[in-house]
Amino acid sequence: MTATLTDPNRPAQTPAFQKISGARQFKNYLAMSLMGLAFVVAVIPLVWLLVTVVVSGYEALVNADWWSKSLKGVLPEQFTGGVYHALYGSIVQAVVCAVIAVPIGILAAVYLVEYGNNSRFARITTFMVDILSGVPSIVAALFVFALWVTTLGFETSAFAVSLALVLLMLPVVVRSTEEMLRLVPDELREASYALGVPKWKTIVKIVLPTALSGIVTGVMLATARVMGETAPVLVLVGYSRSINFDVFGGNMASLPLLIYNELLNPEEAGQLRVWGAALTLILLIMFFNLVATLISRFSAIKTK
Amino acid sequence: MAKRFDIKDLNIYYGKFHAVNSVNLAVPPRNVTAFIGPSGCGKSTVLRSLNRMHEVIPGARVEGKVLLDGEDIYASNVDPVEVRRTIGMVFQRPNPFPTMSIKDNVVAGLRLAGVKNKKQLDDVAERSLRGANLWNEVKDRLDKPGGGLSGGQQQRLCIARAIAVQPDVLLMDEPCSALDPISTLAIEDLITELKKEYTIVIVTHNMQQAARVSDQTAFFNLLGVGQPGQLIEVDDTEKIFSNPSQKATEDYISGRFG
Repeated sequence: MTATLTDPNRPAQTPAFQKISGARQFKNYLAMSLMGLAFVVAVIPLVWLLVTVVVSGYEALVNADWWSKSLKGVLPEQFTGGVYHALYGSIVQAVVCAVIAVPIGILAAVYLVEYGNNSRFARITTFMVDILSGVPSIVAALFVFALWVTTLGFETSAFAVSLALVLLMLPVVVRSTEEMLRLVPDELREASYALGVPKWKTIVKIVLPTALSGIVTGVMLATARVMGETAPVLVLVGYSRSINFDVFGGNMASLPLLIYNELLNPEEAGQLRVWGAALTLILLIMFFNLVATLISRFSAIKTK
Repeated sequence: MAKRFDIKDLNIYYGKFHAVNSVNLAVPPRNVTAFIGPSGCGKSTVLRSLNRMHEVIPGARVEGKVLLDGEDIYASNVDPVEVRRTIGMVFQRPNPFPTMSIKDNVVAGLRLAGVKNKKQLDDVAERSLRGANLWNEVKDRLDKPGGGLSGGQQQRLCIARAIAVQPDVLLMDEPCSALDPISTLAIEDLITELKKEYTIVIVTHNMQQAARVSDQTAFFNLLGVGQPGQLIEVDDTEKIFSNPSQKATEDYISGRFG
């Protein structure tokens, strides 16, 4: 036993630990700089875009008429009127789409996770969902046009737009719900079975509530996403400068469609309306994302 | 209430894999039977086949008979949901429902079976929590989430949840393996009390625990890699731990392998 090594009052002559070597410090510095640079590169276009839209469009939004009036009877060069009709169209088309797509999407995800067992049919379903998520919006729009308008003979309408949006929203809802359901631990399902609870009741009362917060967030984000889709509204419904509450008939404006039409207006008032509508669309989508965050926070699982 | 199990020539398969070979075992009522043995020898598999819980794994099937008071739980006209309602289970890791309060967790089995009477649910919650020795610790926060309890409390909550549906048998799959010694002691005391009313089968890796809580011990072993698990010996706990009739049992309990 050598006392010099174990006696804490007499430390050894050379310290056991060295400071960080120069090479490692340099590598650390390099990696940190690259990450910082990547962050800046990613943020610049976002901030630039937001600043441009806000600066060019806020003037339109401060007018109270912007939120409460349509463009009915407004001449291209007039600075009056608003986008109430387009706001209504965007929200209604997205909501009708969600009403159709959400139940189908959630049920499909429940099938895939709880009943599919990686069977052939489940694998085919997953494959089809993957394909559907890769379908460009213009193709979805043309498909609905061919089916709904040409083959079945209905007129173009907001509802046709919603049908095309369903095709775009469905894979997002299936995918996000599926992931949330897979996150629910099997132990909870087993705990429920062990109490003599049937499988369907376990899914409805245990699995879905446990995953609820994530499912709601996914649905809200998917809804916000389809609001900005432009191809379906270009193909499937005519533009209207006045309000149309009828989902199943007639022309109906929406924010992307209004932007497209006002782009063709060479007057200064038209330019302002384009930027204003763009800013309104961003605010609308931001509002949906905010609601999604709030709902997920409100319905999140608490432990205290 | 408490019922007896008779397991006759039970073989368990996962797909083509023969997991457990020909188990014959009688579990008397109001009695604690412990399953011991090395990992992978099929004791949990046998336990889970006693309330048809292993059926949730695709490809799992059994041959042979499991008789609960003479009634085969694998008969073709028997609903597995009914079997599980009669034979409760407590798992290795505490698994309270995260979306529910402490009280809702306890009465989950009844509520999901359609019981709505608030007075009845309150009574059952109190009786079950008292039965699980948890009432005094949680009576002031019954509406708080079950996930906020400590591990040992969560496990007792799960036991309360299991006894709230008044099963005839309670199966426990290593209920203390995730718990500290104090919580383990609390659960072991609880098992000794529950024995008065329930038939209990417990899987444990802790041989002292088996010696402390069980009346009868079954030793499972693997004959070799890829071979099915076997029931080597079953006898009174005292006899197994003092004078087992098989050499393998003696080796295992004296720590010579496994």
